[in-house]
Amino acid sequence: MTVRVSFDKALVALQHDILKTASLVEKAIYDSVQALVKQDMAAAAQVIMGDDMIDNLCLEIEDRCIKLIATQQPMARDLRIAITGIKILVSLERMGDHCVDIARATMCLSGLLPIVKTLEDIQLMANLARQMLKEGLDAYVNSDVERAREMCAKDDEVDYIFAKIFRDLLAVMTADSKAVVQSAYLLYVSRYLERIADQATNVGEAVIYLVTGERGELN
Amino acid sequence: MPGNGIKIAVQELDLYYKDLQALYKVNLNIVVNRVTALIGPSGCGKSTFLRALNRMNDLIEGVRVKGKVLLDGYDIYQPGVDVVNLRKRVGMVFQRANPFPMSVYDNVAYGPRIHGEKNKRRLDEIVEKSLCDAALWGEVQDRLYRSALGLSGGQQQRVCIARLLAVKPEVLLMDEPTSALDPLATLKIEELIKDLKDKYTIVIVTHNMQQAARVSDTTAFFLNGEMVEYGETGVIFTKPVDRRTEDYITGRFG
Repeated sequence: MTVRVSFDKALVALQHDILKTASLVEKAIYDSVQALVKQDMAAAAQVIMGDDMIDNLCLEIEDRCIKLIATQQPMARDLRIAITGIKILVSLERMGDHCVDIARATMCLSGLLPIVKTLEDIQLMANLARQMLKEGLDAYVNSDVERAREMCAKDDEVDYIFAKIFRDLLAVMTADSKAVVQSAYLLYVSRYLERIADQATNVGEAVIYLVTGERGELN
Repeated sequence: MPGNGIKIAVQELDLYYKDLQALYKVNLNIVVNRVTALIGPSGCGKSTFLRALNRMNDLIEGVRVKGKVLLDGYDIYQPGVDVVNLRKRVGMVFQRANPFPMSVYDNVAYGPRIHGEKNKRRLDEIVEKSLCDAALWGEVQDRLYRSALGLSGGQQQRVCIARLLAVKPEVLLMDEPTSALDPLATLKIEELIKDLKDKYTIVIVTHNMQQAARVSDTTAFFLNGEMVEYGETGVIFTKPVDRRTEDYITGRFG
């Protein structure tokens, strides 16, 4: 039985809103890569505009974490919930920024010939990164350390595809100097996705800290 | 004034204990259905201010008041104000639980009886409802007719709150209501305060700054008889405007 009913409610609301933000970020990853693949400039512009909403949500929830710490003096696990909330928000905000980066790269690619094979790999990376984010947040709400670890292990797959894209694009650029511009931008995009996946592992590390109080490097 | 969410408007309030001035031109609007915490070091005037809100200070000899305290727009210091009725509308909970040496039931029924309620069934209803609202019913329903003095400190304090609720007040003044209680009983009272604000307007004085932070919506910081800063609690405890407030809440005072 809990005595601090209203405080517990505030913590639940906090986690709920972090999830809401994460779902926006997940959508931004999907939308930014779809815009790239389909060369849809309007959709890319949407991603860029939508990031303000993610940023504002992150700031608003972070403020609530700060106020909870200042006014409710959370201890032990409660304190870790508030601190972890802030850390996860930082990761989410950064992921959102990378989606904007991808959308900007898409705009620079406008009218250039696509490199189909790499775009396929980029979609694979994006799907993995989204899945990692989703599983990281599942682990967060369910305090599931195992799930967090499994999710982080997926980062190796992302890194593997990134290395492959890098090699492929080097080969493309070497063979065809007219494809250098596209290749350079796609290299950026794949790098952003690789960073998004790294941020997802940060979420996983935060979950492990939340549940166990232990620190660990998982990527 | 009524209708804009302000339950009590304090305007330019000066208060003197004989020659000693305890409050200096205090202006403060107490908002309906919110918990307002008054904080500040000992002797800052916060308890004096609290007692000025239902004229408890009248009981102390040599007290003089200047300025206005408007309850729903009417000055409670006007001549001819019915002080008993005022204190029914603006009730008080004290530092030490002070149940009467009688049963739990009689404690809670005391006020309604004094105000003329004789109907047993209606009294039963009032007692049960008041004890429920004070989050105590479940703990005492089997021992309503035994002495309230046999209860724990936290339960006694909730009997006092139930006793207050039984006369249907509008404002609850709480003067360090948990300073004599252990941490768990304290958290229970704090949770109760948060529940009660839906129906009442609450003003609480506390030496425990963390308690003010936990329980209140708005906080007023008093120092040397002046109201230094008043604002949303989340703001006061994260980015106060006045340097003196910052020094006090960070423990760097003096």
